[in-house]
Amino acid sequence: MRTMTRRAMRGVGLLCAAALSLTACGSSEEAASDKAVSGSDLRAALKEGGSITVWAWEPTLKQVVSDFQKEYPKVKVKLVNAGTGNDQYTALQNAVQAGSGVPDVAQVEYYALGQFALGKSLEDLSRYGADKFKDDYSPGPWNAVTVDEAVYALPMDSGPMALFYNKKVLDKHQIAVPTTWDEYLEAARALHAADPKAYIANDTGDAGFTTSMIWQAGGTPFKNRDTNITVDLTNDKGVTTYTKVWQKLIDEKLLAPISSWSDEWYKGLADGTIATLATGAWMPANFVSGVESASGDWRAAALPQWKKGDEVSSENGGSSLAVMKASKNKDLAYAFNEYANHSEGVQARIEAGAFPATTADLASPTFLDTTFPYFGGQKANEIFARSAAQVPEDWSYLPYQVYANSIFNDSVGKAYVSDTKLADGLKEWQKAAVDYGTEQGFDVNK
Amino acid sequence: MTAPSFTAEPTRRTTHRAPASRRAPRRRHSPDRPRRSVLLTVLMGLTALYALLPLVWLVINASKTQKNLLDSFGLWFSGDFALWDNISQTLTYDDGIFVRWFLNTLLYVVVGAGGATFLAVLGGYGLAKFDFAGKRAVFATVIGAVAVPATALAVPTFLMFSKMGLTNTPWSVIIPSLISPFGLYLMWVFAAEAVPTELLEAARVDGSGELRTFFRVALPLLAPGIVTVLLFTMVQTWNNYFLPLIMIKDPDWYPLTLGLNAWNEQASTAGGQPVFNLVITGSLLTIVPLVLAFLLLQRYWQSGLAAGSVKG
Repeated sequence: MRTMTRRAMRGVGLLCAAALSLTACGSSEEAASDKAVSGSDLRAALKEGGSITVWAWEPTLKQVVSDFQKEYPKVKVKLVNAGTGNDQYTALQNAVQAGSGVPDVAQVEYYALGQFALGKSLEDLSRYGADKFKDDYSPGPWNAVTVDEAVYALPMDSGPMALFYNKKVLDKHQIAVPTTWDEYLEAARALHAADPKAYIANDTGDAGFTTSMIWQAGGTPFKNRDTNITVDLTNDKGVTTYTKVWQKLIDEKLLAPISSWSDEWYKGLADGTIATLATGAWMPANFVSGVESASGDWRAAALPQWKKGDEVSSENGGSSLAVMKASKNKDLAYAFNEYANHSEGVQARIEAGAFPATTADLASPTFLDTTFPYFGGQKANEIFARSAAQVPEDWSYLPYQVYANSIFNDSVGKAYVSDTKLADGLKEWQKAAVDYGTEQGFDVNK
Repeated sequence: MTAPSFTAEPTRRTTHRAPASRRAPRRRHSPDRPRRSVLLTVLMGLTALYALLPLVWLVINASKTQKNLLDSFGLWFSGDFALWDNISQTLTYDDGIFVRWFLNTLLYVVVGAGGATFLAVLGGYGLAKFDFAGKRAVFATVIGAVAVPATALAVPTFLMFSKMGLTNTPWSVIIPSLISPFGLYLMWVFAAEAVPTELLEAARVDGSGELRTFFRVALPLLAPGIVTVLLFTMVQTWNNYFLPLIMIKDPDWYPLTLGLNAWNEQASTAGGQPVFNLVITGSLLTIVPLVLAFLLLQRYWQSGLAAGSVKG
């Protein structure tokens, strides 16, 4: 019993020490209010210094942090990789719930923002003037970080989709680069017939990919206004357009049963087992570091269309940096966020291989003229930038998309390994999403 | 999936044959040199293969470069022998963070598992050799605690620790590791058998105090049990993943399990650099100390297991 008390006392002591060191860093108390903060306030905070913790797994931030600290020597930024994606969200949720150990800044993917914004864990950045940045970011990412008037994060990167294809493999079997998804299906058949070991793509059920495809097909399966949510994965036209083609790819066993990001996947991309990859424009950096041996084999092309002649694209992945409401040093946290995602930091990140969300960079000649030795000297950014401008704007995710995506394979995943149809899998996913939403207190499909 | 059916059948066959072989010429085979059963040898061989294959895979693939890993057959060497290079890369990658993780793990094991063993020995001995009120309640609690998986307690513990400001510190891993209900139960049972009450009474009659009796008389007798519990808690703490995953967010305090996972996850993010070769080499380096611990301590362990059987 005595040790318990002593332990508890030490805990209290630590808390006090933490609180003391934070107040000693200054400027934190005023930040707790909701008043507007001007640029000169931020400059003063930067000059005064202090320390902030950033939870992020994005690799190029390391450089940004070191540049930032060089520029503002009194500011100490602790960059912590608290896990990738879901792992980090769980940790973040735990910390918010426990009310301690919450970072000042956290990386949150676009699809997950709703969950934290709705949970009131994120600071509205419009009081720092971030609401004036609308035209500085491409539409997909900007829509993702804003809810009504509030700006819950600054876009860090974006993933306008493109089709990456292994030119060596397609050339060998004299298959043209598909421009529509029907042609894609034809190409898949021709390729697999010519070489039974080769597949047009890998897919074992991936929520992010499926929702992106539905997005491109003009679907809006998720709609939300306040606590009213609509989930329609059965009659939505984007969903039906997508399942019609994809069901055939599955039925005819034209998709490699390899999960993305596995070592097998990297291997398949390197040895020609996986001939194409429809994904976000952030992929080149991964090709260079992870699929080294296939350098020169791959090229980028525009995403195939659902209707011949259309010019519609989609977003896949991408993340933002948010300032946590529980932060004791929001001014500094925001100052770092703006540095990394709106000013100097952006350039450093592009140079390290990140794909920007800032319109100025997407339109800059140096960016567009960049040649990719990995893609045989192709100016791939032209394709990506065009894609970024072609993303339908009316898309939104569920406010609990992280959970929904985590149970995607329980229902839709069955379509890849059994007789279950994709449409039935999606219907089951819808039911699970509706049930969960209702349990959480939303009005779903009412 | 195939494993259970394929082991089940031979076992059934051995039981069928058992009476025959029992009656068969016993004289030619002394107890020291029992007759060899081809079937059992094959069965044991397969089990050994099953257990060793992942280890073999690990050693082989730790000798490959990242590029080579992806374009060669998994169960044989290929390309340049890069083991030494991989090891030095593992130890220096990211400013040598691997070494830090190694030392963290060592700290958690020495303080956590060491402490858990110490507490289990004290408690087990006390419960086995002293009568006091509420002993049955303690027994029920311990048995209950054995049944509760540590994973189930991790989140409540996290919430409690974060109120005390202990999360993200080494204490958050060490304190829960100090409690090993299974170790306590094991020591209890072991102490009841291995330390004759008559011996303790003799010591008391000779005027030895309880502490002295414990350290001079009981402890040596308990040694084999202590080693067993130590090995058990050591393996548990060394491989602990879920608890630190929840408690620790600062990579500087990661144990090896979390660190290796972080390296592995690097491959699954936009712009990340896959370092599968370092993950594999790191895993190999991670299991070396455990293998060594088993090899060095197995002598004590075996003598402990055998001790009871001779007395019979």
